[in-house]
Amino acid sequence: MGFNFIGLIKAAVANGTPLLFGTSGEILTQKSGNMNLGVEGLMYMGGAFGLCGAYVYSQIAGDSASGAIAIIISIISAFASGALGALLFSFLTVSLRANQNVSGLALTIFGTGVGQFVGELMRVKVGGYVSVPNALKNAFVGPVFPELFRNIPILGELLFSYCIFVYLGIFIVICMWYFLNKTKKGLYLRAVGENPSTADAAGISVTKYRYLATCIGGGISAIGGMIYIMTISGCVWNHTALSGEGWIAVALVIFCFWKPLNSLWGSLLFGVLLVLYLRLPLPFIPTQIYKIVPYIATVLVLIFVSMKQKKDNQPPAGLGLNYFREER
Amino acid sequence: METVHAVEFRGITKRFGDVIANNNVNLYLDRGVVMSLLGENGSGKTTLMNMLSGIYYPDEGQILIDGKPVTIRSPKDAYSYGIGMIHQHFKLVEVFTAAENIVLGLETEGRLDRKQINRKVSEIASKYGFDIDPAKKIHDMSVSEKQTVEIIKVLYRGADILILDEPTAVLTPQETAKLFDVIRAMKADGKAIIIITHKLNEVKEISDVVAIMRKGEHIATAHTNSVSETDMTEMMVGRKVELSIRREEPVNIKPRLTVANLTCRNSEGIKKLSNVGFVAYGGEILGVAGIAGSGQKELLEAIAGLRRIESGSIIYSPEGRTTMDLVGMSPTDIKDAGVALAFVPEDRLGMGLVGSMGMTDNMLLRNWNAKKGLVIDKSESKKMAESIFTELEVVAPSIDYPVRKLSGGNVQKVLVGREIASSPSVFMSAYAVRGLDINTSYIIYELMAKQKDRGCAVIYVGEDLDVLLSLCDRIMVLCDGKVNAIVDARVTTKEEIGLLMTSHDKKESQ
Amino acid sequence: MEKKPFVRIAKRENASYLSAWLIRLLAFVLALILGGIVFMCAGANPISAYKTIIEGSLGKAHRIRQTVKVAIPLLGTAVALAPCFRMKYWNCGAEGQITMGAVGASFFAIYFGAKWPSVLLLPIMGLAGIVFGALWSLLPAIFKARWGTNETLFTLMLNYIAIGIVAWLQGGPWEGMPGSQIIPTFKESAVLPSVLGVHCGWIMVLILMFFMYFYLNFTKHGYEVAVLGESENTARYAGMKVRTIILRTALLSGAISGLVGFMVCSGTDQTLFANVANGVGFTAITIAWLSQLNPFAMLIISMMLAILSKGSSALQSSLSVPASVSGIMTGILLMTLLGCEFFINYRLIFNFKKEVL
Repeated sequence: MGFNFIGLIKAAVANGTPLLFGTSGEILTQKSGNMNLGVEGLMYMGGAFGLCGAYVYSQIAGDSASGAIAIIISIISAFASGALGALLFSFLTVSLRANQNVSGLALTIFGTGVGQFVGELMRVKVGGYVSVPNALKNAFVGPVFPELFRNIPILGELLFSYCIFVYLGIFIVICMWYFLNKTKKGLYLRAVGENPSTADAAGISVTKYRYLATCIGGGISAIGGMIYIMTISGCVWNHTALSGEGWIAVALVIFCFWKPLNSLWGSLLFGVLLVLYLRLPLPFIPTQIYKIVPYIATVLVLIFVSMKQKKDNQPPAGLGLNYFREER
Repeated sequence: METVHAVEFRGITKRFGDVIANNNVNLYLDRGVVMSLLGENGSGKTTLMNMLSGIYYPDEGQILIDGKPVTIRSPKDAYSYGIGMIHQHFKLVEVFTAAENIVLGLETEGRLDRKQINRKVSEIASKYGFDIDPAKKIHDMSVSEKQTVEIIKVLYRGADILILDEPTAVLTPQETAKLFDVIRAMKADGKAIIIITHKLNEVKEISDVVAIMRKGEHIATAHTNSVSETDMTEMMVGRKVELSIRREEPVNIKPRLTVANLTCRNSEGIKKLSNVGFVAYGGEILGVAGIAGSGQKELLEAIAGLRRIESGSIIYSPEGRTTMDLVGMSPTDIKDAGVALAFVPEDRLGMGLVGSMGMTDNMLLRNWNAKKGLVIDKSESKKMAESIFTELEVVAPSIDYPVRKLSGGNVQKVLVGREIASSPSVFMSAYAVRGLDINTSYIIYELMAKQKDRGCAVIYVGEDLDVLLSLCDRIMVLCDGKVNAIVDARVTTKEEIGLLMTSHDKKESQ
Repeated sequence: MEKKPFVRIAKRENASYLSAWLIRLLAFVLALILGGIVFMCAGANPISAYKTIIEGSLGKAHRIRQTVKVAIPLLGTAVALAPCFRMKYWNCGAEGQITMGAVGASFFAIYFGAKWPSVLLLPIMGLAGIVFGALWSLLPAIFKARWGTNETLFTLMLNYIAIGIVAWLQGGPWEGMPGSQIIPTFKESAVLPSVLGVHCGWIMVLILMFFMYFYLNFTKHGYEVAVLGESENTARYAGMKVRTIILRTALLSGAISGLVGFMVCSGTDQTLFANVANGVGFTAITIAWLSQLNPFAMLIISMMLAILSKGSSALQSSLSVPASVSGIMTGILLMTLLGCEFFINYRLIFNFKKEVL
């Protein structure tokens, strides 16, 4: 038995991080009552533009390129692309009152198209595979904590050995939890998602909150796509690998009962499922079949959640419904 | 010099598409005064007030507050002028606590200090004599508690112009009396108060002045003690109306529906009906009273075969045939068994009709499966639609016009017309006149009275106790899913029914 | 000075057909303009890019045939989805249902291709496609009908599972040359015959189109689906068997998608591979929606998107613009058309001039 538990957890955390961003971003979006099914597209866009940002920077800065700056540029470009995509979605659904399901699917088609396009365009322009120098690659995947911490037995490996994005994700999720539950604006955002006409009558701008939550949420989701490309797929555009991540992230939102803190262990669990076929190969299960385990698990989760409905685990009551004040 | 009024409307006009909801309305109100805004459903009262509270924006005209022209674009603007509205359909977030609802939208910055908010809410509550738990969630509250939260919400924002939209529609007489005490206390506090209503006795009881609206226009304003109820009605409807409901002595009544020990749970497993038992006779109208959500909806749906019944029996006794138990039968089974059961549900467009379809396709809901084969036959339905269209004078561009776009009264005519067309032996209706104008309401009462004449058993769930008292033969009072009492409608009083609606231990004492 | 909101929105009661179509035309033009910007970003002249798209898809007879080949599964799948969407059952699993339909058909093509004659084999392949597609679609519907399980995500996940299954078949039991990861090309007997130069699937989808129009508008089933889509309570009130309707509609939808899967693997690809559905399932969702579930409108939109997709491959070879630009263009087109419905249903009122009091 060559099974390495710590190795599995480490790989699971690495694979769960893109999901953590994708899911937590979508939780913020859905809390506002907007059901953005375009996460798949947003993550594609984030992946392509994140890579593009880092690549352009590495070309301009040459040998003096700094890892920290590359990471910041990647985050900004991924966030901006995701926020823009989500802005399109918000414009369609909030301002133009288009059906949210269909708009989300249109955004997925658009976003995967844009991601693909940018990824391929870079390849065409450069004439080969686009990648960033190894030094920068290491900045993305390398651990942030100093040796001292990492050398603590077991705990060091389990807690302090990860790249920056893991800690950033945890930080974002905790901030989101605090925002939603402990601040006035968070309360208002939830009110908008629960009952927009009530929020409106209380003087809360439904439009503003929905736009902002959807754009920021979309941006966070897109960062997840960037993290996937820059860490797991090794700074190379790989659309096949990214395919499906966004949908799992949406399903995880339900699994987490729309609670940000739940997304921590939810994404860890799915991180485990995603790497299980590599870490725990079972001779009687073919790899290709093993690879669909996360999707089967998602289906089981959906079934489980629907069978066990409780009052506290319900989606925001206004989820998926557009709001028009003068509707009669 | 003009006097300065707390609120003044000048030439307000508002249209929705082609419909003129308010036409050149001029109206004013002073502080320390309670004004009733009286009008039929659809006369534009609520629309006018929604413009004051920032929900709608007028197409033409000007609103003045304390003599100054103001622009109210949003509820937030309204609050800044001290205007607060308590909507008929409460604007509350169900999963939040009372206190969270009260502070909603007040300040945008900073932490949410729940303790501090709870304390402030309790302070206001004790000042006006409200009884409230700030940490209680809305979905655990009764209707009158929810209304209390709404009123505190408005007071918390420092409103001194209060609008209450049909505040008594969902209250028992006792709760109404309590509310009126609060309104008097607020009036003494120097607040300007507007009550939207269509109940004449309440106008007399609580308000100082009454403004009457009809078809979007302001007809007159008068001191309440200087006009009679008959005059008010005439101004409201536009012509002399005989406001009496025909009620014949029941003749030749026979048990038609015998319900015993009926128990039902809702989808969350909460018991909505427990051991309900009564007899509905052919040839009489049985009224069902109770505060909202006491099991009225579940009772009718259980009889109609739309709800799983945990235990009990519903015995149907047709004329000249053997009796049968309807428990466990689906609507189709009931129909196939030859039971002519008509049901006008509370949710007209969400259950009784399909909003996006025209009259013909809506008639089809009752006989789509009448003929064998795969292809649907619409000829019968078309005939039925045409006859209802002319007989009940439905106002619609054509019989294929989506019923959702019709006015509430016409929607109900379509629904009731279809249900009556089957010559029912049992006719059930829930809140059949809710939201309808007076004229249509009386048409519906008369239609039910005619069913009674035919020997049909009519079950009428109502909320207006005055109507229940004058329309029904007997009234069954539901409380918390139990039958508290069945009383003779000709001898009981509003107050007695009001008490029965809320007292939980009445049954045991019987 | 009195301030007034600059723009207000009001519901439009009845927009005339003419203005509605004018608005849609404008949206289409807007999509072309936005697409032009994308082409410029890729360093291509928009005019010549559009010319390339048209020529590449409709320029010659064989190109038209290729374009029609692309349109067949789009139309077929959009038709398949129509009853689901009328019922407001968000079947996003056409991708998987096509794939599984293709698996069913391929099973017979692979094991009996050499033994059976075409007349026997092809109908059985079609039937297998129908059965596989229908069963794959039934699974989420059972859970939806019983527990209200979210069908959007369930059907989406089944897409990936179906694709995974084919990937396994491709590299495992059905692999041709060991290590090739490819299933060998079907025998002649398992290939759909051509009519007018295109495999006869086009006849089938046209028949399906008329069938669906009739089914939705003139049958009891169509009525049931329409009522249920509007309100489950109303359907139950009218004595309809809600669960049966959900299951039956999902079955029908999956069956048609499965048949499309058979057409694609037997007619177009003549083999089976993981990407057999190639995004058709997704695109068809938006086609169905944009055509407002009118099967004839689906024909037009499917052709439009087929032209875009076929033309984009021409772009790649002649102007070196990545073919994935068709995804962007499709997305833009869908979004503008979705958005323009707002201007059909609502009116904007601008306060340019001061109103007289």
